[in-house]
Amino acid sequence: MADLNTLTLSELSDKLAAGECRSVDIVNDVLACIEERDGRIGAYLTLDRASALEQAQAADAARAAGACHPMLGIPVAIKDLINVKGQPCTCSSKILEGYVAPYDATVVSRLRAAGAVLLGRVNMDEFAMGSSTENAALGKTSNPWNLDHVPGGSSGGSAASVAADEAVCSLGSDTGGSIRQPAAFCGCVGVKPTYGRVSRYGLTAFASSLDQIGPISKTVRDSAILLDTICGHDPMDSSSIDLPATAFAAQLGSDPSLSGMKLGLPKEYFVEGMDPEVEKAVRDAVEHCRGLGAEIVDVSLPNAKYAIAVYYIIATAEASANLARFDGIRYGLRIDGKDPIELYGRTRAAGFGPEVKRRIILGTYVLSSGYYDAYYLKAQKVRTLIRDDFAEAFRQCDAILAPVTPTAAYRKGEKTSDPLKMYLDDILTTPINLAGNCALSVPCGFASNGMPVGLQIIGDAFNEEAILRVGHAYEQTTGWHRQRPEW
Amino acid sequence: MSNATQGMDVGYVAHLARLELTAEETALFQGQLDQILHYVEQLNALDVAGVEPTAHAIPVYNVFRPDEVGRSLDHDDVIANAPSAANGQFRVPKIIDQ
Repeated sequence: MADLNTLTLSELSDKLAAGECRSVDIVNDVLACIEERDGRIGAYLTLDRASALEQAQAADAARAAGACHPMLGIPVAIKDLINVKGQPCTCSSKILEGYVAPYDATVVSRLRAAGAVLLGRVNMDEFAMGSSTENAALGKTSNPWNLDHVPGGSSGGSAASVAADEAVCSLGSDTGGSIRQPAAFCGCVGVKPTYGRVSRYGLTAFASSLDQIGPISKTVRDSAILLDTICGHDPMDSSSIDLPATAFAAQLGSDPSLSGMKLGLPKEYFVEGMDPEVEKAVRDAVEHCRGLGAEIVDVSLPNAKYAIAVYYIIATAEASANLARFDGIRYGLRIDGKDPIELYGRTRAAGFGPEVKRRIILGTYVLSSGYYDAYYLKAQKVRTLIRDDFAEAFRQCDAILAPVTPTAAYRKGEKTSDPLKMYLDDILTTPINLAGNCALSVPCGFASNGMPVGLQIIGDAFNEEAILRVGHAYEQTTGWHRQRPEW
Repeated sequence: MSNATQGMDVGYVAHLARLELTAEETALFQGQLDQILHYVEQLNALDVAGVEPTAHAIPVYNVFRPDEVGRSLDHDDVIANAPSAANGQFRVPKIIDQ
């Protein structure tokens, strides 16, 4: 039996349940694929083959003893900022080289309880700060569709591993688009759940009012299965909301009709500078949804254009506080000094890369005395306007259709010297984090350079059901998600 | 945001953030951060009088849990990550001079 790694989570789950393959077979195929391809892709930072096979054997034994769960025996690649006890958790930063996680994140505990195989650690922009994985300090990741192109970021390793069949699925995190954008760039499905859906306990914090953990996978159904596994209230994260258990996968039917659904089209989302090929692919997808019976309505998000300015004030402010913990005292790198102050300064100078330093400085500035009201408080007020826009839009529709990014994946090095230019690419994803809504990215075509394009489906808070339904219907009636890079 | 046009003193703010920068980094960041601050000045165009700030998009209040003793992280696992430790404790440079 060969190439199990090319199948979807859902297909593998069915095969395992039917006794047509073992978890060990899947993990062996995935490991063989990593062996063959990851030298070119660079998705993984660390991989413990022996541990992966042990977990697979344990999953097979559990199944033989009567256990069943859709994730039982399924290998998952974990973004290197989610703690897995006994594994490194470096956030692709020199300041955490050698750190070994002393506990499991809640999402990891839930994966373990379901019997999933924790496969390895995948690359990312350092501390999730970036949109191309070029800010990674400990590895370089390429886009499986074209190795000269970026995989997107910050969850670039997650998306690249899934696109290259080096993982069946992956967990990433999304603070301003870090799941949806790499998913779009690599032709995968990615979901940013509603703020409060998924516990962040054990997620290395970047911007606490924005961060969410979510899946990157080959299909919408696969993401739904992962979400059902990781969602739910956790007393260890006081922002997590106590809601009944989700059954997103079970709610996905085989009927792709969207009749009765209203889908909003925000005119402000077809921004200046958008690649006409991306715009065409997304507009074609909108027409496709109309063809499936959805009613398309115009909606307006007039303040979305301020999202980048607001995001880079709020996210950096929160990051400057969250990253204060990396001081060389309790874990990670230490460069000694004559006193603690000098030790901190030297350690952080040597341990953080340029983008992290830039954001810490910006965040410290906007929170500093005399500037707090002008920047941070003002940004929080504009955040309210952005949130109100979405609330108004969702009075008129069940979900919003939009592009994920203004362009498809670009060449490496194209934007690394101009941070602001890189930031502006997040214009279509950051408003959703600021508003706390959920959104997914699903493949909807290709640009003429052969790189995938993503359709963003945005839902109201806690209405993942709607976006998964639309994404699943779209996927079932198009073939984009089945196209794979050639090797 | 009228202060913004005066620019930020990157060297001073970096010190507040406990980041030792080289002269090259300071000069590079100064230019880049001035550009970013100039970009965010567009928020000045918005009238936000009477608008409440949003700290969390999905706010929850007064989150309590029972005051029960739970399991802590394993002491040895935690100390194993310390860059310098002695007697099961983190070792740091001297803070108070005699």
